[in-house]
Amino acid sequence: MPVTDLSDGTRIWQRRSQREALTHWAIWLVGVAIFVWCWNWISDQTTWPFVWDAPRIAGDILTRATPPRWSYMEQLWWPIWDTINIATLGTLIALVMAVPVAFMAARNTTPSALFVRPIALLIIVSTRSINSLIWALLLIAIIGPGVFAGIIAIAIRSIGFCAKLLYEAIEEIDRTQVEAITATGASRWQVMAYGIVPQILPAFAGISVFRWDINIRESTVLGLVGAGGIGLQLSGSLNTLAWPQVSLILLVILVAVVISEWVSAKVRGAII
Amino acid sequence: MNGEATELNAYLGKRWRRPPMIKRPWLRWLLIIGGLAYLVAAIASVEVNWSRVYEGLDRGGAFIMSFTQPDFTTRAGDIWEGLLESIIMTVAASVVGILISIPIGLGAARNIAPLPVYMICRGIVAISRALQEIIVAILLVAIFGFGPLAGFLTLSFATIGFLSKLLAEDIEAMDRSQAEAVRATGARWTQWINYGVQPQVIPRLVGLSIYRVDINFRESAILGLVGAGGIGATLNTAFDRYEFDTAAAILILIIGIVMALEYISGIVRARVQ
Repeated sequence: MPVTDLSDGTRIWQRRSQREALTHWAIWLVGVAIFVWCWNWISDQTTWPFVWDAPRIAGDILTRATPPRWSYMEQLWWPIWDTINIATLGTLIALVMAVPVAFMAARNTTPSALFVRPIALLIIVSTRSINSLIWALLLIAIIGPGVFAGIIAIAIRSIGFCAKLLYEAIEEIDRTQVEAITATGASRWQVMAYGIVPQILPAFAGISVFRWDINIRESTVLGLVGAGGIGLQLSGSLNTLAWPQVSLILLVILVAVVISEWVSAKVRGAII
Repeated sequence: MNGEATELNAYLGKRWRRPPMIKRPWLRWLLIIGGLAYLVAAIASVEVNWSRVYEGLDRGGAFIMSFTQPDFTTRAGDIWEGLLESIIMTVAASVVGILISIPIGLGAARNIAPLPVYMICRGIVAISRALQEIIVAILLVAIFGFGPLAGFLTLSFATIGFLSKLLAEDIEAMDRSQAEAVRATGARWTQWINYGVQPQVIPRLVGLSIYRVDINFRESAILGLVGAGGIGATLNTAFDRYEFDTAAAILILIIGIVMALEYISGIVRARVQ
């Protein structure tokens, strides 16, 4: 404990010794310097007159966007249905593919820790680190625009997420139950079905609903790059500067996000 | 089932069945039938142009093959500039976002903040969480013009919602007795926060902040699609021109940086916790 004795005999407690304090300050100094440099860089790239004008522009957009054009709602039902389908079907496909990946990635169920596990982990990392919008861009270039590209984009993006959470759940299972089933002379698949699956089923259900909730959010914007759903209408309205339609679509998206979050919270509450 | 199992059945007279996940039968059947009906309707409504998909398979194959020989050099300048912009936006937005989310997180914790402050801070958190990054980015680009400033503001805004909420939950779950002990020494409010509350939440705050840096980098990769700066614009151009080798190089770089960040965050979290 760094305690300094002053000349008049009083002792003062400090949180850090002098040396620790110095290194601490040095780290902070470097950090602040990096931040200032970054900020300067951003500032150089910015047209500041536009920024000073921003409050006026924001007010202008707001007056243009209100009130929302409610009659446009008729044209939105079909895109909303598409959006829900993209999220739901995408989640389902992702789950089907995530299960084997998760079993290959979990230390206690992988067929080979040396060869199969790294491949499974690579699939998890690479699908997870790329945003669904980028996957959508890529798939549109490959299979053309439309709802199908959106479904596949959502599915690919979700594999890594679901598989990661699922394999962590598999690694945390109770060994004794598996041993008990093995002791009855069950085959590898029977151990899987009666020893492991029942233990991870609640986690699996929770993960799928959780991911579905996230996917509803993501599928609302996939249309911006042409992958179907309500985002197409959003992008069209933005391009034609139809602000009353934009505000209506944003409201719809907000409502969809709130509802899906509510559903997901309810279902997860019921399962766990 | 094999022979032994049927023998056992004869002894017990009753066959063991796996307990169903949903206990109430009517609810179970409703969910199954409803789910199937929805699936049929959904799949029927998706129009797939299979001939287009089939034609695209070649391009898909070409794209996958381009991962084996990514082209880092042809557009090295563009890639480097975009990546640098993404990283700079990530760093600046994370710093600002974390700094702002600490007071808002304190305000959104019911056991620290008075009710009016609590309501305001919770409201900010709710708004920030309900709007996706990309939509915020579109609006901010419309308001502030193209460039990294819009991306920086978007990421900061998203960071506030994420971090404040988790920080507030952490503070609400803290050990009250430690904070009270500090208060009993006659500490001022700032001292109370600094010595009673902060040490309890700092490990989790550090962990979450690093996790958020990771998310911010990933998000910064798409902000360029709507003109908010970063590597996304370069990536979009590469896809539009079917320059799959350049796109593959960018994707490899993104994956590599995300992996490195995850690795670093693992080390840091292990050290602070």
